[in-house]
Parts: sequence; structure tokens; C-alpha cells
Amino acid sequence: MSEFDEARQDPEDAKPDLARRRFFGTAAAAAAVATMVPGLSILPASARSPDEPVTEDQRWGMLVDVNKCADGCTACVDACHEENGVTHHGRPTTDPYWIRKVKLRDRMTGREYGMPLLCQHCEKPPCVDVCPTGASFRRADGIVLVDKHICIGCRYCMMACPYKARSFIHEVTTDQKPHAPRGKGTVESCTFCVHRVDAGGDQQPACAEACQAEGHEALVFGDLRDPESRLYRLLTEISSRQLREDLALNTGVRYHGI
Amino acid sequence: MKTVQYTEVKGWSTGYLAILGVLGAIIVVGLGAAYYMEHQGHWVTGMSNQVVWGMPHVFAIFLIVAASGALNVASIGTVFGKPMYKPLARLSGLLALALLAGGLAVLVLDLGRPDRLIVAMTKYNFRSIFAWNIFLYTGFMVIVAVYLWFMMEARMNRYYKTAGYAAFIWRLILTTGTGSIFGFLVARPGYDAAVMAPMFIVMSFSFGLAIFMLVLMASYKWLARPLGDAVLGRLKNLLGVFVAAALYFVAVQHLTNLYAAEHHAFEAFMLLDGGIYPLLFWGGFVVVGSILPMVLVWHPAFSASRTWLGVASALVILGGLTQIYVILIGGQAYPMEMLPGHEIISSAFFDGVVAGYSPSLPEFLLGMAGVGVALIMVVIGVKVLRFLPVTLADEAVDPHATAKA
Ligand code: SF4
Ligand code: SF4
Repeated sequence: MSEFDEARQDPEDAKPDLARRRFFGTAAAAAAVATMVPGLSILPASARSPDEPVTEDQRWGMLVDVNKCADGCTACVDACHEENGVTHHGRPTTDPYWIRKVKLRDRMTGREYGMPLLCQHCEKPPCVDVCPTGASFRRADGIVLVDKHICIGCRYCMMACPYKARSFIHEVTTDQKPHAPRGKGTVESCTFCVHRVDAGGDQQPACAEACQAEGHEALVFGDLRDPESRLYRLLTEISSRQLREDLALNTGVRYHGI
Repeated sequence: MKTVQYTEVKGWSTGYLAILGVLGAIIVVGLGAAYYMEHQGHWVTGMSNQVVWGMPHVFAIFLIVAASGALNVASIGTVFGKPMYKPLARLSGLLALALLAGGLAVLVLDLGRPDRLIVAMTKYNFRSIFAWNIFLYTGFMVIVAVYLWFMMEARMNRYYKTAGYAAFIWRLILTTGTGSIFGFLVARPGYDAAVMAPMFIVMSFSFGLAIFMLVLMASYKWLARPLGDAVLGRLKNLLGVFVAAALYFVAVQHLTNLYAAEHHAFEAFMLLDGGIYPLLFWGGFVVVGSILPMVLVWHPAFSASRTWLGVASALVILGGLTQIYVILIGGQAYPMEMLPGHEIISSAFFDGVVAGYSPSLPEFLLGMAGVGVALIMVVIGVKVLRFLPVTLADEAVDPHATAKA
């Protein structure tokens, strides 16, 4: 069936390219601040051009500034689902969500805030650990994906994900985007808009772009290993936390203001 | 002791054909249900993005757990050298194979893409306990088949003990593996307990033996072959012990959970205020599935009656299904905590609320098809090969009765 014809993001393609250019100068300068961000390596990095292989020199991540996330705004959710052809059928319990807005209340202070919840692109992803076929995999650059050709739809990854980040495709899918194939009976989740990332340049995932367009700037996407990146600088300047940090998954998505 | 004589089921009686017909129909209906769910997509089931494993998994896990337990009777004969169990070993092995096949059939037919079974068998992620289970299951099938062959083939008879030991060890690992499917789900408060694995082993003893006893009693009644009180008396006492042991391990599981403050809310949900789940746990598993059967097998007013013994076995099976349901569905229905110290007050994706689940008819029919597959394998097995002893009358099986005679 054509709906499963996805160009596989094979981990095999992700062999480290040893001939890659390295900016040692930047690295030395960055080393001092780098140690201040727990879980981030001090490897040097730069933007990758589309024809270069995916390597560990990059780790894509995101910072969510909860204070900037506007109440009632769902621009990120709408943009994501538009971008990736994630359609709903008016059946809330089975409709897929790649990203969703969640409202929390601090039990002690009563403070309330909303925030988007998406795949956290864990460094040690439980979904990948349990997947029997290896359909769930983590690319060298930290993006966690599902290979739609080998997912058998067992849903063990959904049982294992601590963030309920995954959805099972419960219905026949239509109107798919060529870059985001979806097939009934398989599992899907946020890809960090990997098609944009792989296109290179300054492209961000649709959610971050939409948030910015709304003027909220609550989502900052970037390379956690690139000391030049805005994301990296922000993480060294402001405090951030991981959701369920007790599980020590070293998530790629961090939250500020929780 | 006399040598035990085994025979196939002779002839094609109307009764035999009727059983085949009924089981065949159950299987066909279940396959139809699976096709329907597959074709429409899983939205037609009660399963959702919140409760991702539903009724089919309840049946599948129950059958797989019971499969290893059904082998127990053979193990007691071979590994622990109890002569009375030896004539029962062949049926025990056959039932173990059949139950496993039934459980796996359900598991596969509920996959989102059952057509990719070949993928599941050729691509392995060795870190996944699920992938290991695929090996454990196929290995179990092979070892039990060899064990049966060695038992039934005179030339290979001297090796059957070794095969019996292998099968015994393998079944313990297998149930540990099944229990560990839950143990690896660290994110869910209901599942990440080490005690899950031994608890599943003990539950397998009692579920498997209950099924064995029902199948044994039914087949000897229908075939009009003698089945003495000596065999049944032993089995029923054993069933009582296993049921008590399972209850004990379940109690330990809950008590250890209560040690950790982080699990208190979950335990309250499962045991007190979680609506259907505490009801099913206390009413279904504890009272109907454990206490009642123990009374029936041990109280002199009932224990001599075969009807009550049959009822006791059926209640253990019902209680077992209920217990798996509570563990599996209750564990998913309970909301996961995202941020300690915070409650989730709204979400389009049902975060922070107890997820609803009502099993749909097709799911149930698929589960029943697994039971059908298991039983039809037994019915056909005893027809084509020599699984059942001609007699299990007291003087034929009880070494003391023989000695006295
Ligand atoms: S958030 Fe869930 S789906 Fe995403 S990588 Fe982590 S475990 Fe996997
Ligand atoms: S549903 Fe697909 S991706 Fe998830 S564990 Fe099963 S095979 Fe892997």
C-alpha cells in the first residue's frame, strides 16, 4: 500500500562521518559554559547540509517556556497537525495527537499554567527499548521516529512511553502528506518535523514556527550541542527541567517555568 | 505398577462431531471479528490511545500464562517423580501446547498489522522483552513437542526425563518473561514491580491446573473412561494450594506497593475507590476466583462432588481472567503523573483523568476464538494420537491400591 511508502530514516544511514568538518575553536570557547548544562555534551557542532549524514555531532531539542505559552492558544497543535496531515474524526478517545496542550495546577501553590506536550525525544527512550521489531528507533541526532514499514502495531511502545506521546492510527487514513506517511494499524508520534530538519537551513518544526508567528515565542527549537544556537544559549542562561526527571531519560525537550 | 495403556479416541460419534463443530464455529466467528476490527481500524473496538491493550490481550495473556501452568502436571510426574501424575503427563503437555497456540493466535490477530507477522519473526530488537518472548514461546513449543514425542515413542523413552526437566525450566523462564512485560513499564505505577514475575508464575500454576482439571473431567465423562477419586483428590488439593499461593502473592504485590508513598494513590484506586477495578478485584478475583473455590475443594460438604469440583475449576478460570483484566486494564486506566506535585486540570488527550474502557463484542469474540483454538487442538490431538490413558481408575493409578491388591 502506498500509504506506507516512507523513505526509511534508517539508523544505518546515520553512521558518524569521520571526515566531517569540526570547529575546534568554538568548542574550546564553549567548553566553559557547556559544563553548566547538565546532560549536554560539549561536542562542537554546526548546521548540517542536507547531503551530509546524520551524526551524533548534533542533538535536536526544544525548550518550552511555560510562562510564554498563552492560555487558550493552540497554534502549535493546529500547525503540527496541518503540517503532518494528522486528521481527526470527531472521536476523542481514538483521535491522534502528536502535540497537545495540557493545563496543570501546582498542588501546593495552586498556580496554574498550560504547556504543550509532545514526544520528548528521550536520549534513552523506553519506546525504543521495548519495541520488538526495532521499528521505533532513535537517530544519531536524537530524533526518535517510527519506521512505518516495520511497525507491527503491537502498541508496546505506547505502554512504555511515560508521556503518552504516541498515538495508534485507529482509522483508515486519507489526505496524507508525502513527507509524513501514516498507515492504519501503526503507531506514530512527533517527528520534530524531521523532513524540515533534514532539508537543512534554518527551518524549525511547524509548532515552533507557528508559536513564533503568533508572537509568543514559547517554543525554541535547536541543536543542543551547538554552542552557537539560541537554544543552547537559553539553556545556559535560564533554568529548565525535564518532565519525569526521576526516570533519567535525558529528554531532548526541556521546560522552563515549571 | 501396571503399565499405562493409552488410546486415541475411536470412531466419529455425533457428540465428537458436535464439539468439533461448535469449536470450529467459535473460531470462525472470532476470525470474522478480527477481520472486521482490522478492516475498519481499531476505533470500532473499546481500545483507544489511553487503553491500548484491551480484551484480546486479557485473553491472550491468560492463555499464555495458563499454558505454562498446564504443563505443571507433567512436571510433577517427571521432575518430582510422583507416579500418580505420570499417566496425566501427555494430556498436560498437549494442553500446554494448545493453550499457548490459542493465546498467541489472539495476540497476533490483534496487532495493528497482523499481516506483518513475518516482520515480527525476522526483525528483532534484542533489548525488547517482547522480542525475547517470541523466542521463549517458540522454544516452549519445540521443547514440549519433543518432550511429548519422547514420552510417546518407546525408543526415545529413556530421554524423556531430560526433556521433562528442560520443559520445566523453560516454562518457569517463559512465565517470568510474560510477567516481565509489565515489569519493564517503569512509567506506569501499577506495573514496575519485580514481584510481578513470581506472581505470574504462581498464578499460572492455579489457572493452568484449573483448565487441566476441567478438560480431564469432561473428556473422561464424554468418553466414558474410568476416572478414579484418587487422581481427582490429589489434583483438587493441589488446586487449593495453588489458589491460596496465588492469593498470597497478590497480597504481597499490593503490600509492597503500599510501602512506597508514590504508589499509595494507585493502590487506593485499585483496591478502594477505582470503581469497577476494586469491584472486580475483590468480588471477582478474591471472592469468586479464590475463596469460593478453596471452600469448594476443601469443605467436606462439596469436596466429594465432581460437579462442585468442576464449578471450583471454572471459578478459578473466571477469577483468573478477572485478575488479568484488573492488572492490565486498571493499570492503563489509571492516569500517569507527568510532573510530581502537580495535577492535570485539562487536556484534549485525557491526561490526568481515569481512562474509560468498555470491551466491545468483536474483542470478546476474538478472545474466545483463542480459547476455541486451544480446545480444538486438544480435541483433535486426543483423536489422532494416544494422549489419554484407557483408565484412570484408582487401582490403575494409585501405587498403594496396586500394592494392596
Ligand atoms: S517521549 Fe515517549 S515516544 Fe518520545 S522518545 Fe520518549 S518514550 Fe519515546
Ligand atoms: S507498535 Fe510499532 S513502534 Fe510501537 S513497539 Fe510495536 S512495532 Fe514498535
